[in-house]
Amino acid sequence: MRIELVRRSQQSVLFSALSPFIAFGLMVVAGAVIFLVLGKNPVTGLHAYFVQPLTEIWSLHELAIKAAPLILIAVGLSVCFLSNNWNIGAEGQFTIGAITGAALPLYFPDMHNVAVLPLMLVFGAAGGALYAAIPALLKARFNTNEILTSLMLVYVAQLILDWLVRGPWRDPAAMSFPQAPAFHSWAVIPELLPASGRANWGIVFALVAAFAVWFMLARTLKGFEVKVVGQSPRAGAFGGFSTARTIVFAFLVSGALAGLAGITEVSGAIGRLQPQISPGYGFAAIIVAFLGRLNPLGIVAAGLVLALSYLGGEAAQIEIGVTDKTVRAFQGMLLFFVLACDTLIHYRIRLVRPVPAASAEPLSTEAAHGHR
Amino acid sequence: MRKVLLALTASAAMLVATGAMAQDKTKACFIYVGPIGDFGWSYQHHQGALEMQEKLGGEDKVEIAYLESVPEGADAERAIERFARSGCDIVFTTSFGYMDATNKVAGKFADVKFEHATGFKREHPNVATYNSKFHEGRYVQGVIAASLSKKGVAGYIASFPIPEVVMGINAFVLGAQSVNPDFKVKVVWANTWFDPGKEADAAKVLIDQGVDIVTQHTDSTAPMQVAAERGIKAFGQASDMIKFGPETQLTSIIDDWGPYYIERVKAVMDGTWEQHDVWHGMAEGHVVMAPYTNMPDEVKKAAEDTEAKIKSGAFDPFTGPIMKQDGSEWLKEGEVAEEGVLLGMNFYVKGVDDKLPQ
Repeated sequence: MRIELVRRSQQSVLFSALSPFIAFGLMVVAGAVIFLVLGKNPVTGLHAYFVQPLTEIWSLHELAIKAAPLILIAVGLSVCFLSNNWNIGAEGQFTIGAITGAALPLYFPDMHNVAVLPLMLVFGAAGGALYAAIPALLKARFNTNEILTSLMLVYVAQLILDWLVRGPWRDPAAMSFPQAPAFHSWAVIPELLPASGRANWGIVFALVAAFAVWFMLARTLKGFEVKVVGQSPRAGAFGGFSTARTIVFAFLVSGALAGLAGITEVSGAIGRLQPQISPGYGFAAIIVAFLGRLNPLGIVAAGLVLALSYLGGEAAQIEIGVTDKTVRAFQGMLLFFVLACDTLIHYRIRLVRPVPAASAEPLSTEAAHGHR
Repeated sequence: MRKVLLALTASAAMLVATGAMAQDKTKACFIYVGPIGDFGWSYQHHQGALEMQEKLGGEDKVEIAYLESVPEGADAERAIERFARSGCDIVFTTSFGYMDATNKVAGKFADVKFEHATGFKREHPNVATYNSKFHEGRYVQGVIAASLSKKGVAGYIASFPIPEVVMGINAFVLGAQSVNPDFKVKVVWANTWFDPGKEADAAKVLIDQGVDIVTQHTDSTAPMQVAAERGIKAFGQASDMIKFGPETQLTSIIDDWGPYYIERVKAVMDGTWEQHDVWHGMAEGHVVMAPYTNMPDEVKKAAEDTEAKIKSGAFDPFTGPIMKQDGSEWLKEGEVAEEGVLLGMNFYVKGVDDKLPQ
């Protein structure tokens, strides 16, 4: 007996919309099983994981802080992925954005006025965009593999940051420890509601960006161009759309949003440049982008869900004493179930009974080609 | 209006007071930068926490909670705040990168005590800092390395160029030079505290370059295992790693946080906790040498004598004459380094075959 995937001629619209929720439901069930196996009460566990973080105001602030960079980056990535550009280097664009944005208050520490913060944000976005332009131009001009170039540039960006905070930008008051001086108050992104928690304007940037990109993709010619070129560059060419221009456009948007997320994170949530500024937001955002089905509004929801899984993971570690490995397993399961649901929307499972080897061979290669 | 406020405050105070009386357990909370199974830094902190719980009356008296692998960015502040809000009486934040976050949260929760390991900032009266003089153990390792090495070169797997690590490299070299003045140390910067793959690669590179003893300032057991495969000797880090190299480990610097955690949590129970900054070493039992193994008796004797001298305070590893790497004089004959200089150390002493990343 062999299992094959056969492409469906028609995809269910209903299940396409429902699949993230089904995936989430499956994850809850699987999570309950895991808690049971670990000898913990699944109700307490799931409550700590998914409900408790939402019941306290300060925790909602933290949710916003955690979700903001994920959403900002993932929204940008959706433009890339829809246009068939695999930008895996958002983590690097995030880092460079943090650096270029932070350069302003570090080089002009006496500039204390309202212009500082907006300029920092612009510099951050520009830095991220320029950094993303490298793999874009390499792909557009030389047809290099953008997955490799953008990924490798992540490590370059991290080493640049590392060098800066250990060398030229090191805080002289930090006893030779690697960190830049703290931002002065004009260079810090204000908190939204300082009385109840530390959420800053980052989440607002994320929501605005999500709406703007959604509008661009759904309602403008540019958005149409992105999607057409992504689905079929040849069809795009007949329509007069340039593949090269689309590559550069997608990377610039994606890089700018990642860069904006970077400067927002260091200015708002961290307060200074230091060797470690991201727990892998650029990579987690890839999950968020797909979880949100590459739709910017879906990404907002997906970003909140993934952020919740981080917060809930901590709550579960404290409340019922599971390890952080459980948290990772949960996130992995979520992605697994989403992809599985997705696959089953596009393909149906066919069980093939064993037949003589000679006739079975061509069949299986055909099926393998059918899978995109 | 004022009366209403007063009444509210009073009743709130009452609530807090009864809450405190009802509470017969002390809750101590720990934030770790790595997994508790790293067999290095975080593992030792967790062992200290468990020892503290046991010595202070077990689960009936002390409740412990921990979060492992907490990144040193925006997440740290949330993790610390979550502890402060979940009824912890004292929170230990055990990595340098938690410094700002610890102080920020401490400002909001005046009733909770905070203890930050390896940092130097105490912005509020409820923040204390603590660290250990690991370099004392490194000096002893240096003595052993120079006594055993046939090639006169040791390999050093370093994590990040921060003062503590630089201090360790220098102490190791000075210990080695006390036996063999021409001893050299090769350094590889792994740029990680815990990454078994990278650490193993670093060990292989050093061994390929001809060192015949390896020591490490990173937290995994990978270098020990590589040394065992290649048949050379190595030193463990943070915990006793003898079971990962029964015929390889010479000794290991054990970070024993138990005594400190017992002292501080007890102070919270007794209501005598006060802010301080401590930097303790062998004398206080915070730095402990694992049994000296896989070496001849005379080397073992030399190591024990050195350890005893440091422990009794008769000798400080940073006692002149000491030259800097460029050959200029740092400490005159008999001069002992000031703690302030050590804690901000950003230069090598003579004999280190590496350029310090700046």
